Amino acid sequence: MKYIYYPGCSLEGTAAEYSISTLALFEALGIELIELDDWTCCGATAAEGVSHLLSFALPARNLAMAEKMKAKSDILVPCSACYLNLKRVEQEIKDDHSLLRKINQVLAVDDLVLKGTVKTRHLLDVLVTDVAPDDIASKIVRSLDGFRIAAYYGCQCLRPYAVFDDPEEPRSMEPLITATGASVYPWDMGGRCCGASLMSTAPEAGIELVAALLEDARDADAIVTVCPMCQMNLEAYQKKASKQHHTRYEVPVLYLPQLLGLAMGLNDEKVRLDLNLCVPGSFRKKLAGTLQPA
Amino acid sequence: MEAAADIQTTASERSLVNKLAPARTLLLACIQCGTCSGSCPNADAMDMSPRYLWRLLLTDNAQEIFKSRTFALCSTCYTCTLRCPRGLQLTDAMSLLKQVAASENLPLYKRSVRFYRSFMESVRRHGRVREMEFMTLYFMSMKNPVIPLKFTPLGMRLMARRKVSVEIPSKGTQKLDAMFRKAKEIEEQS
Repeated sequence: MKYIYYPGCSLEGTAAEYSISTLALFEALGIELIELDDWTCCGATAAEGVSHLLSFALPARNLAMAEKMKAKSDILVPCSACYLNLKRVEQEIKDDHSLLRKINQVLAVDDLVLKGTVKTRHLLDVLVTDVAPDDIASKIVRSLDGFRIAAYYGCQCLRPYAVFDDPEEPRSMEPLITATGASVYPWDMGGRCCGASLMSTAPEAGIELVAALLEDARDADAIVTVCPMCQMNLEAYQKKASKQHHTRYEVPVLYLPQLLGLAMGLNDEKVRLDLNLCVPGSFRKKLAGTLQPA
Repeated sequence: MEAAADIQTTASERSLVNKLAPARTLLLACIQCGTCSGSCPNADAMDMSPRYLWRLLLTDNAQEIFKSRTFALCSTCYTCTLRCPRGLQLTDAMSLLKQVAASENLPLYKRSVRFYRSFMESVRRHGRVREMEFMTLYFMSMKNPVIPLKFTPLGMRLMARRKVSVEIPSKGTQKLDAMFRKAKEIEEQS
């Protein structure tokens, strides 16, 4: 099995541990990830705030690059915002030929053509559909028994295109969590918005969404997520949310490949928990206690 | 007499109404049920509900729409789009309103418009967004020293982990400049 890998900009910077742990996880699973040649930004949610056509042309450039590659495989995308932007082009050009024509007019300045032959897949989709949780369970060497893990999906891997999960009540991460020996923390916030870029453009609104999620995850040992934006919002603003709500929120927010990697026995260099902004001592202690190689 | 003055619209208002047409088209089948408002995680922070905003859009009330920050508070979670019983692309309509606010440079939305623009500027220059450059461009455009100060603690934590480093904005290779220009040219024609 192999995939064309589109890391996206966040994974080169603030979400470096997401990329490092994803690459390590797939290596351990024996699946090849080939980085997309000369990839560029997907436009995130900024492009559509400025230009409708660019919000399609920017992700389309990456799809066109993938079509040119020798490796004929799906594109694997870990970031939910990148995933949605690429997926949106893939879906919308199927019926909207005038849109495809305009996109190709823009791409022509870079000598690129979009045909629409490559499929975009979210990391979570690949893990539950192609790899299968049973496969992962068979590779677990250190059980995370005793950990309660809150599965957090966020928005853009679920909506508006319901590809691999229920867009209102997502559950696809659960068999992956139980495969590690951990239990699924019961909550119904998995598909709720984290506030996305409102944390920068309207922080007074964004912080309330963050606080609601942290409040409901209070008794979880960790929140696990598959989106760098969600991860940053939930992790970086815990103090601010705590202050506003006169309480103390302190919960690690891990990327799914970090959790799976830990259970599969990958060492610190491969999952890079040291890059996370919030890993409380209590979490590290529990990890040290239960993570004895079986 | 007063009523007559109300009805009279200026040329700039008419041009705004024209720019609203693509968003209005998405809303034509709206039945004003309010499922969007009930589903929106940011409704509490909005000065008018999404349902009310759609009503204003359907009645071409550009003046009232652009007094409201409601669409700027859309965090593109797509919950309203998913639940709309008429299957309308409501999140896309919110984005179209954001685009009008950006192209008109309306001061009320300067924070989000400048945020998006700074992001796109870094992408245009380098092909990929450089997170620190983008934030620096954003702070410079806001000309308000309090905003960067609020981000300083987070910036320091990220720098301590070498996830970002201080970055002076640079011209870069203008990697995507040609594409940006072409897109602008096509959009201005249509």
